[in-house]
Parts: sequence; structure tokens; C-alpha cells
Amino acid sequence: MTIDTATAAKVAKLARIKVDDDALPAMAEEFNMIIGFIEQLNEVDVEGVEPMTSVTPQRLKRRVDEINDGAQQLLVLSNAPDAREGFFAVPKVVE
Amino acid sequence: MSELNKLTLADARDLLRKKDITSVELTEACLQAKGDGKALNAFVHDTSEVALGQAKAADGRLAEGDAPSMCGLPIGIKDLFCTKGVPSQAASKILNGFRPEYESTVSQKLFDDGAVMVGKLNMDEFAMGSSNETSVYGDVVNPWRVDQRNLTPGGSSGGSAAAVAGDLCLAATGTDTGGSIRQPAAFTGIVGIKPTYGRCSRWGIVAFASSLDQAGPMTKSVRDAAIMLEAMCGHDPKDSTSADLAVPDFETCLTGDIKGKKIAIPKEYRMEGMPDEIEKLWADGTAMLRDAGAEIVDVSLPHTKYALPAYYVIAPAEASSNLARYDGVRFGWRASIGAGDGITEMYEKTRAEGFGAEVQRRIMIGTYVLSAGFYDAYYNRARRVRTLIKKDFDDVFGIGVDAILTPATPSAAFSLGDMATMDPVQMYLNDVFTVTVNLAGLPGISIPAGLDTQGLPLGLQLIGKPWEEGDLLNTAYALEKSVGFVEKPQKWW
Repeated sequence: MTIDTATAAKVAKLARIKVDDDALPAMAEEFNMIIGFIEQLNEVDVEGVEPMTSVTPQRLKRRVDEINDGAQQLLVLSNAPDAREGFFAVPKVVE
Repeated sequence: MSELNKLTLADARDLLRKKDITSVELTEACLQAKGDGKALNAFVHDTSEVALGQAKAADGRLAEGDAPSMCGLPIGIKDLFCTKGVPSQAASKILNGFRPEYESTVSQKLFDDGAVMVGKLNMDEFAMGSSNETSVYGDVVNPWRVDQRNLTPGGSSGGSAAAVAGDLCLAATGTDTGGSIRQPAAFTGIVGIKPTYGRCSRWGIVAFASSLDQAGPMTKSVRDAAIMLEAMCGHDPKDSTSADLAVPDFETCLTGDIKGKKIAIPKEYRMEGMPDEIEKLWADGTAMLRDAGAEIVDVSLPHTKYALPAYYVIAPAEASSNLARYDGVRFGWRASIGAGDGITEMYEKTRAEGFGAEVQRRIMIGTYVLSAGFYDAYYNRARRVRTLIKKDFDDVFGIGVDAILTPATPSAAFSLGDMATMDPVQMYLNDVFTVTVNLAGLPGISIPAGLDTQGLPLGLQLIGKPWEEGDLLNTAYALEKSVGFVEKPQKWW
């Protein structure tokens, strides 16, 4: 698998990271090096092996389904770059 | 009493309890050492006032005889831990100005026991790095030097390692996703333990790779590691992966008696091109454990070679998901946008400006391995290989092995700047001996085991059975006694 500049641009878009066009070739080259390293995994026989979902065998703890937190609007908004009238403010989303 | 900052946790605790010293005196000594140690760039956010307030409160508790082990002891907190009202930005520009409205469970537990926060500690951005050169605060400098060259303290807990090795505080918290406690501990001649996955709550610790991340202490001795780890551990309803198991009294596990213990030497860790010094260190450590009465067995962990490539699929995949939250809306950095820019441009510019190069690289690799068409080929395959890596360890423990001895790192600390000329894959090789332990969720400890010919510290790693940190610490304690490592860096700063 080789990653070309178009693929690199697509990945950057999916990751929501702006990458200038002239930086794409070097980025694609770096990806290829890392993916090449990762592809060693193809040597391993994984037939019939389950993908790991939890490293410790224990079951996840469950708790009673009841509200135990909330009503902290000011604290939740306190670190927002732009908060207005009790909401997070963002650029216009709908025309 | 002079130079209180040089005390171990255990000695300071005993002096506090005997009322020979006060926590305020101890804290002032550390604040002074921190001020004198600016050249190391280990501490990044000043919390002197918080520290003195905590110290006074601790002295009050000590006077009343209500003194848990950590009471009054000045420690550093890695910037990855959210500390209420104190900047916590994972050494990233994207969390610029972030002051959490809550406290991480681990730091809360330490403060509940009376620990004093000397300051927040530098680290690699989002804990991604092995040399502490990806931080928005700049490089951390290792207190150990050779020929006036500035060396890396390792990463990602480089600030923690440098601060403890340089006696700027008595101990520090670290976190370890692929070796980020153990590698910097080895590079600076201190002790660092990553407990079993689930021992420490991850709540309030900025997430990197949730299935691998664990917090742990970085200390001047194995006894200190036992004391501080116990204070950090325990079930937390706010982290569903934290184990609901009793936390043993780790310090009483330190008998130093390892007669009849079975210690394994895995042949796959004898890497091609391994420096003779590391080979010798490992052989000497093996001999010491044998002399202490342990039985040494050779074992095979056949999938070791595939741990790093599996890690560099799984960790970036989880990071790409975890770091999706940094969007310039709820906290931290937001880029200024041009006329006509919409919310997508705002996200893209914010993340391009806010994340450093290594973090961007890992987010994008993670995005790629999770993308449609590649999920099975990369992500699921890596998770299958992870199952096999864990099975390798299960098999070895299944034949009665108590612990596994390996080198901690493939080299001693290298010069700051050396990484710049390496490709990312070469950089990732730093974690070759430590990353298997995270993939298998096991406890691992690095202890200083000697100096190389340049006079730099080298570490050995012991890997234990799940939930058997007490036994692991005892084996490390026996090895520490045999090694007798007492060297300290010469103060140049």
C-alpha cells in the first residue's frame, strides 16, 4: 500500500487538520515509512485469533442508572473560547 | 537540617512524624530548589502558593497525629493530570489557558493523603514522545550531563524524571502509555513503576490511548515507589476500567527475600546490535537475582518483535479518537478565522495551529488505520497481534514465573537534538523493551542498575504478573539492594 498526496490530503481532511498543499508530498512520504513499519504485522499468523477488546479479563463495572451530576452550566462554559448567553458560540453552521 | 529537598519520601515521612522537620520547611526547600533549577525546564506552572497552603494544612494534620504516609511530602504533578484551578494543558498549545474545574482522581487521592504540589511538570505534548522535545514549553534538560552536552531526560514524563533526579521535589507522578514512566526513569537514574492496567483511575488524566494509559509514581527508591503507588491506586466509580480490588500495603511487601522466586530472561529481548554495556548490565542483574536466591529460567516471548508495530497502530488509533475533542469550541485554543470561513475551517485551522508536528502525525496515522477499507487490515490485525502478545506473557506466567528481567532501554540518554535527524520509526525504537508491557496490561518497574562508560545511568526493567505489584516491588527491592546504586548527577544548574 502506498500513500499518495491525494490520500494524504484525504486523511488530513478526515482528521480536520489543515495541511498546506506543498506540505503533502513530505507528509505522504512519512506516512509510507510508518505504514511500511506497521506492515510487518502481515507476517503474523492471526487466523482464528480474537481481536483484543479488554486487556484485563474483568467485567466493566455497572452503576445504578441515576443522575449523579449536572446543573453546572457556568463551570462547563468557563473554559470556552467563546461562550454567549449560556451557550458555546461557533461560526455560522446553517445558511 | 540542610538540603531537605534531597530526602526520600520514606525518610522525610519519618522525620515529619518525629516532628524533627515541618512540611513547610520541606516545601520551602523544594521551592528553593525548583527556583534554582530553572535551567532544567522541568516545572512549567508555578503553584508555590498552593504548595505552602497544603504544607501548612499538612503540618496541622501531623500535629494531630492524623498523618497518612504522603502527608506533608512535596511532589510534582505531570501536566497531563487535571488539577483544579491550575493550568493543565498536556504540554500542548491547544489547551492554552485551560484551567480545569475538577481534580483528577489520582491527584485528589494524593492531596487527600496530605501530599503537597510543588508545581506542574513538563512532558512531551499529549505524552507523545520519548525525548521531551515535543513540548510547547520547550525541551526538558537531563540533570545528568556529559562534556557539557545537554541530554534528554527521556519522555514523555521527562519533567517528572528530571525534577526527581535533580532533587527539585521528593517524587512525581508520571503516566506510561508505551514506556513514558520507565524510559525517563532509566535515563535519569531513578525508579519508575507502571502498575497493572486498571490499578490507577484514569479519570481526569488527559487521555492519549485509553487502553494503554496508566499513571504511576517516579521516585528516588523502590520503597518510595511502594509508598506513593499505594496512595495513587484504588477503585474509582468514575473510571469503569479501574479495578475494584483491594489495594495491598505495598511497603510491607518489601522484605527483600526472593528465595525460590522464578525470574525469567526472555531471549527475544537480546536485540541485534545491542550495546555490550546493556548486555553486561542485564547479565549482572541476572547474576544478582540468582545470588539473592532466585531461580533463573530462559523463556521465549515469540511475538515481541511485533509489539512496536502493533503499538503504532493501536495507540494512534485511540489517540485520533480521544483527541477529536480538541475542536476550539469547549476549551483551549481557537484559531482566528477569515471572512466566509465556516465551522469546518475553524476546526481545521484550530487543530493545525494547536497541535505540534508529532501529535498531528499520530492523529493522522490513527485516522488512516481506522478509515473505511483499512480498519480490518491494520486496526483489527493489530488487536489480534495484541492478543498474541498477551498470550506470550500468560504462557510464561503459566509455567510459574514470578517476574521477567529485561533492560529498560536500548541505550543511555542521548543528546537533545539527536532525534531531529532521525525518522519517526527510529524514534519509536526507544520504547522497544517497554511497550510490550502496556499491550499486555502488566505492571513494570524500571530501577537504576549502573552507569555506562560515559558515566550515565542505565536501568533494568522487571515485569510482573497482573495485580502483583507487591511481589514485583519486592523483587525490585532485592535487586536495588544488590546493585547499591547511589550515584547522583553533579549539580551544574
